[in-house]
Parts: sequence; structure tokens; C-alpha cells
Amino acid sequence: MNENYFYHALRINHKICFGCTLCMRNCPTEAIRVRNGKATIYENKCVDCGECYKVCPSGAVYVAEDDFQSIYNFKHRVVLMPSVFLGQFPEDIKASQVYSVITEIGFNHVFEVEASAFLHTILSNKYIREHETKKPLISTFCPAIVRLIQVKFPALVDNLIPIKAPVDFTAIYIRKKLIEEGANPEDIGIFYITPCAAKIAATKSPVGEDVSTVDGVLNMDTMYNIVLKEIKQKKEFNKKITANNDVTSDCVIFSLTNGERRLNNFKKSFAIDEIHNVIEFLERVEDDDIEDLDFLELRACDESCAGGILTCGNRFLINDRMMQRAKKLAERERNGETSRRKAIMNEREYLTQNSHVGKIKPRSMMVLDEDRSVAFQKLTRIKEIESKLPHTDCNVCGAPSCHALAEDVAFDRANMTDCVFMQRNLEKRGSLKVEESVEIMKNIWGEDKLKDYILNK
Amino acid sequence: MMHTEFTVVEGDFANAGKASSEIKKTLKQLNIDNQKIKKIVVAVYEAEVNAIAHAYGGTIFVDLDEEKICVLIKDKGPGIPDIARAMEKGFSTASAKVREMGFGAGMGLPNIKNNVDELDIQTEVGVGTEIKMIVNFNS
Repeated sequence: MNENYFYHALRINHKICFGCTLCMRNCPTEAIRVRNGKATIYENKCVDCGECYKVCPSGAVYVAEDDFQSIYNFKHRVVLMPSVFLGQFPEDIKASQVYSVITEIGFNHVFEVEASAFLHTILSNKYIREHETKKPLISTFCPAIVRLIQVKFPALVDNLIPIKAPVDFTAIYIRKKLIEEGANPEDIGIFYITPCAAKIAATKSPVGEDVSTVDGVLNMDTMYNIVLKEIKQKKEFNKKITANNDVTSDCVIFSLTNGERRLNNFKKSFAIDEIHNVIEFLERVEDDDIEDLDFLELRACDESCAGGILTCGNRFLINDRMMQRAKKLAERERNGETSRRKAIMNEREYLTQNSHVGKIKPRSMMVLDEDRSVAFQKLTRIKEIESKLPHTDCNVCGAPSCHALAEDVAFDRANMTDCVFMQRNLEKRGSLKVEESVEIMKNIWGEDKLKDYILNK
Repeated sequence: MMHTEFTVVEGDFANAGKASSEIKKTLKQLNIDNQKIKKIVVAVYEAEVNAIAHAYGGTIFVDLDEEKICVLIKDKGPGIPDIARAMEKGFSTASAKVREMGFGAGMGLPNIKNNVDELDIQTEVGVGTEIKMIVNFNS
């Protein structure tokens, strides 16, 4: 399991991290340990959900992004903007302003990601109807959820709907259009504004796919800053372009909680957001505990993409702005001011042909070893170690729980003596010197935290 | 061999499934086939519910090795007067109260039998019941 499976966009800046353990304690997959006073990530266990980013008090957790200047490597520069991007701006800023500014800062084309959400829904629903035996079918819209299921619920991997995300459909569509208009494929650069780290990871190493549909990813907070600064500094606003009319009213809110669920009419379906809620529910689904379940919309963030770690502002306000926008759009649709039939649907056949992702494989982080006999030995060892630990989950060993330490010890990633209770006991027996305990603590917490502050202060 | 025990409390439907979910966690670590895990979880869960609903609670003993899992559920309940009938689908002695909670459909013992390799029931009316089930990982 040492193979590096995935690209991860979440990183920890060790110059800033001061080893507070908040991220470690909040990680839903126990993927973080403190070593030498800094948080470190076990890449095999990380699902890019971003919980660590949310709780980090010092801003040490960051999300790696492509350099904005890299857009100039391309002649035709396209930006794919999810609806949630517009939802961040205060009410007095119009969509057309945002569109105009984006074209002024270097992009030739702006396109809303959810343009393809309608087609995505048609294809998903078709797949669900054709795969009755695999119920419940689980949405693959949230990449953190796909990864969570791969590592923690491998039995449910076959329940995932193997259909590309709206961002992929929209990217494929635009690329086709530009090529038809005479653009050289190598000159086309499609950039996606992402609300979270998981979408970056999914773009850089797509699950079940070889190549990404987009050429680069820009973080939503970065883009928000660039766009808002331009708008604020402008004395007068030249309306260069109007907002494209790509998206139907129901798809504007596709990335919000219930966004997918409300577009189908299955008898029994759930929309669940926030990763701990999702884990709790999936435990039951895995046991076949809930009967006749048709469809699950699962999102890692509270309030779904409005709560993405890279969005700016309060997730409930973002949600509300998006709902308001959908309402206005729906009214215009009813009044016949805008059509619900969008140009992208003319390419339905082409997009459908390119809609499937490859096989999504389980990559369980639970399995102790592929060989059952070795796994059993490991399990026995873990139980034995765990029984000697204090069950305080105090984090002083640099692991999130006594169980996690026991596992680390069984895999030679840590020592029993990392446990502070163990140290005291051994010191009492005389088999460990106090100086040795201090050395162990220094290895976990760094020199600084072990300084003699009592005397120095 | 690895040994674990769980206590089941009479009438505590709210906590039904504790033992089966712990067993699930363990089996996942051993790279046991998912379908097999599901079967074991269903069987143990049914037995847990039986002990909660009918038998004044009890104790679950789990013995695990590389080849198989053996689960023994012991209770000091009323015993089963007619095992043959209890093994019939849909036969239930559950009280109205238990049925109201969504249990007592008469699928308990038949469901256990369908999901395990070996099932042995020792019961004496007025003394208690011991249900022993074995699932082989290689079968």
C-alpha cells in the first residue's frame, strides 16, 4: 500500500504549522500524524475532503494551485466557472460585471460549469434505471466522496455511478466547439475555478481515467480576490459582455445540497452533506440496513459546494444568493424570456459517447494486508498493543487515537514508547531514563515544545 | 485465535447492531470478501435482535482466526419450545410492542441459517438458549 495512488492538492506548510493537533483530531480518515512538531499527511488515507484546512488556526494547511500566468501558455483561454463562484459576490455586483472582468483579466471565453448539469442528470437517471440490481446508486459528483468510498467503503464502489462530472462534460463540449471553429487543439487552454481541494485532486489524477478534461485549475479564493479587486478599482463599468445564458434555473443550484436529488423522482433517495454525516450513513448502507434505497447524493462539505473550503464568505449566504438567482431565472423561463433548451444539448450524442469514466477501483485503507494470514497476525498485534494503551486518545504520541498509535506500531511507523503513559511506567520500573523520554517527545513535538520554559520564564 | 465479548441488554433496540458493526470493522481489516462480511453482519445482527427482543438480553462471544469466525450468543431467556417452527419463515412469537418497533417479522432464525455455514441451537425452555454460528472464510 506504499504506492502513491493519488495526487493531493492539500499540503501543509511546515514553516507555519506549530503542531496544534486540531487537523489530526478532525481528520475523518485518521490520515494525519504529528512528527517533529509538524502535521504530516499519510497520502494513502487522505481523501482531500479539506477538514484539516477548515480547522487549521494558523493557515498552515494550503491548497496547491496552478500559476495564474500559465493561462498564457495557450492562445484560446477558457475559464469554467461553477455557479457557486457567482454566489460569493455581494448582491450589488452583477453577473455581467463578473463576466466582463474575467474577460479583461486574460480569458477569451467564460462558461458556466453547470451548463451540462441537465445532460448529466439525464444520463445519471438513465444509468440508475438500467442498474436496478446495484441499488442504491451513489452520485460521483463530489470527488472527496468517491475517494472516501474507495478507501473506507470498498464494498460500495460498484454502487458509484460511473459518469463524468458536469465540469468534464462542459470542458469536452467547449473543446469540441473551439476546434470546430478552427482552433488548434494545442492552443486551447481550459481552466476550472475550483471551490475545493478534492476537485483539484480529481482533475490532476481523475479516478478511473487517464487524462484530465481540463488544462489547469485555479482556486476560487484567488479568483475571487482578482475579480473583486478589478471591480472595486473600476471607476465606471463598461458592460463589454452580458452573462452567458448557459444554465437552466434548476441547474444553477445543482452543486447545492439536494441539487441532484431534486432533479430525479426516485421513491427513496437522500441528500446528505458534511463528511461525518456521510460516513455515519454509509456505515448503515454498507450493512444493507436501509431497504429499497434508490439514490444517494452525498457531499463532503456542509452546505455542499457553497461550503467548499476555497469559497469566500458564509456558506448560508452563498446558498441563499444562488437560490435567489435560480428563482429569478425560473421566472424568466416561465415568462418565455429565456429558453430552457441550451446550445449544449445539440451535442448530446457526442457528449453521451464520452460520458463514462473507467472502472472505479476499491483501494481499501482498512485492509491490513492482502494476505489474510499476515493481516490476521497484524490484527492480533494491534489488539494486543491497544490493550496496553490507556484509551485516553490524548494525542500526545502524535497520533489521533490510541487505536491509531497501535496500528502505527504494528506497521513500524511508531513505537510503544511514544505513549506518555508507557513512558511513565517504564521510568518507574527504571527501564527508561527521563532523558530518553524527553528525546522521544522531541521527535514527536520538536525541540521548541520541549524547552525548559519553567526555568526560563 | 482472537476472542471478543459483547453484552446485549434486554429491550435495548436502540443499541442493536453494536456487536455486528464491530465485527464488520474487524473483518474489513482482514481483507474478507465483502459479500461474506455482509452475510456475517446480517446473521449476527439478527441474533442480537433476538436476544434483545425475546431473551432478556445475553452475551455474545466472538472467536476469530484466519480461517473462520465463530459467534456464540448465550442468553438466559425463555428458550425456544419448538425449534422447527421457529426456523419457519414468518413464524414469530414477538409481542405487539416489539412488532410496533419494526421487529418481529419472523425472519430471525431463517435469516441466520441462510447466511452462515454452520448453525447449532441448544435451547431449554425456562433456562435459555445458545446459538452458535460459524462462517468459513474460504468456503
